[in-house]
Amino acid sequence: MTPTIRQHADRDSADTVARPRHVNAQRAAEQLDVQLLGEWRAPHFAEIEAELAALDLAGLRRVRITTGEARLDLTSAWLLRDFMQRAQGLDMETAFTDAAPPTLTVVSRCLTGEMPDETRHVEWLDPGNAVEDIGRRTVRGLRDTVAAVTFVGHATLRLAYEVSHPARLRAPSITRHIYESGITAIPIVALIAFLVSVILAYLGAQELQQFGAVTFVADLVTIGVLRELGVLLTAIIVAGRSGSAFTAEIGFMQLNEEVDALQAIGLDPFELLVLPRILGLMLALPLLTVLADVIGLIGGGLLCHVLLQMPLIEYLGRVRGAIASTTFWVGIIKAPVFAALIALSGCYNGMRVHTSSRELGRLTTLAVVQAIFAVILADALFAVLFLRLNI
Amino acid sequence: MEALLEVRGLVNRFGRQTVHRDLDMSVYRGEVFGIVGGSGAGKTVLLRTILGLRNPDAGTVRFLGQELSGMSAAQRFALKGRVGVTFQQGALFSALTVRENVQLPMLEHLRLPARGLEELALLKVQLVGLSADTAGKYPAELSGGMVKRAGLARALALDPALLLLDEPTSGLDPIGAAAFDELLIYLHQELKLTVVMVTHDLDSIFRTCNRVGVIVDGRMISDTLEGIMRNPHPWIRAYFCGERGRHLRGLKHAT
Repeated sequence: MTPTIRQHADRDSADTVARPRHVNAQRAAEQLDVQLLGEWRAPHFAEIEAELAALDLAGLRRVRITTGEARLDLTSAWLLRDFMQRAQGLDMETAFTDAAPPTLTVVSRCLTGEMPDETRHVEWLDPGNAVEDIGRRTVRGLRDTVAAVTFVGHATLRLAYEVSHPARLRAPSITRHIYESGITAIPIVALIAFLVSVILAYLGAQELQQFGAVTFVADLVTIGVLRELGVLLTAIIVAGRSGSAFTAEIGFMQLNEEVDALQAIGLDPFELLVLPRILGLMLALPLLTVLADVIGLIGGGLLCHVLLQMPLIEYLGRVRGAIASTTFWVGIIKAPVFAALIALSGCYNGMRVHTSSRELGRLTTLAVVQAIFAVILADALFAVLFLRLNI
Repeated sequence: MEALLEVRGLVNRFGRQTVHRDLDMSVYRGEVFGIVGGSGAGKTVLLRTILGLRNPDAGTVRFLGQELSGMSAAQRFALKGRVGVTFQQGALFSALTVRENVQLPMLEHLRLPARGLEELALLKVQLVGLSADTAGKYPAELSGGMVKRAGLARALALDPALLLLDEPTSGLDPIGAAAFDELLIYLHQELKLTVVMVTHDLDSIFRTCNRVGVIVDGRMISDTLEGIMRNPHPWIRAYFCGERGRHLRGLKHAT
């Protein structure tokens, strides 16, 4: 008598009774007869795999498979093929006693070719690779720079043209962007301006108290908010809100081939997409800055009143004394420049999206980072400029 | 015969507009069922309802006698593994390569070893007639026809019992569309798939479908192709017996 080998799905042995078994194997001398049973379906992959793996192939010469009534889908046919290849690898003959499952034929037909070698090993320490990498990065950096300069140039030329031909300006589009990046930003800009000026006044009060110069808190708040903090904070908030929105909107349109469609109709995407955003933001950001300045002064005043018991009249008087003729304008003049930087960075990165949703995400992040960096760099340059001009 | 997919008394409304009123549909095991209808007749809405992407205002969808709305989350998940879908625009995940697109459902539903994952994905890619090096490409690098095929490869990833195709040949040139039809017939014969296909392509209907369901006035009239052609409903007559339909019918009888 030859022993009967019955295989069970060994992973979930507790409920094997309820599970269909897929293989019935009988060993006769150097031959293994494998009878396929029931439904071989992708969801049973793990069970079938375990059953096939448990078949003992040691010392066999021949494997004979009977399909019978078993029905195999492609995934399980691949498993059977894998099993047969394992047997063939051990110098065994494999054969079907009846017709091979049709799906197995499909699998074999599709997978006859060599598997493409995907795992290309990168030798990180190979100097050749390092040099190649430096070269690639340099070329890509140069190309990106040229593209960015071209973009700014194109935008500037269009802007100059449009401003000299105001009839061509897209007023509805511009107002939409003023609303979306300006009006809807009022609550958050106001809140942040208030909080930051309160913090500034509070810290200032603590330090200045040591010199008995508490009244100078009002000067600190006035000059700090009007010259720097008002415009800088507003620009950073707007870069996060609107710069990212610009990239996402234009990037999605790129993915959806809407930008190509515009060009195909004979419309200039710069005129329709980029300029309204730049102009809208250049108008909205100064207005937001004025608001941030006002709220900032109010916040400082409230703190002085509540914490330092400074009468509001005195606060107002000190504020007026601190404001030179230039203090307000030095802050506000930066706003349109920051706005242009934010809008350019947002639109430029949006236009660079071409292939995938992942690229859209990466470039949106990049747009915000670039915008904030550009704003702070520009602020530093302004500081140097104003120092030289003695303002 | 047992219905693999059964829709009963389906009602779908958008605001005051009623798309489906009391729509019935049965799809039997092993057939290719074509869904036809004018623009805005609610073909895609029907497909979305069947997939459970939209809750109908009334009516039931049953897979193998099991009602979709009565299923637990686990049952629904298991069902999604038995149903493959292609979308009109392909809807390939743009951040993944074709191979990764095919592997994603496998990773979620099956416990595969790494080699199995690679080979099975390649198998599905080659099954739909794409070359092995296409597998490493991103959707943005593919042509329209290749996107359709890659979408089909992803739909076939789990060896579904039921395949739902939304306009599989739209946007393909006639040769590409014919090749897609042949591919579908091949898969249907080799894999014993049940296919539900929304289409506008008369060639495709005549070549592949066993039965056709026409959505008119929010209801579905379904019959064999010959039965539908004899249907007196004016829209159906205009659709199948209009200039283009008559031409095709002539061709079919001639061959």
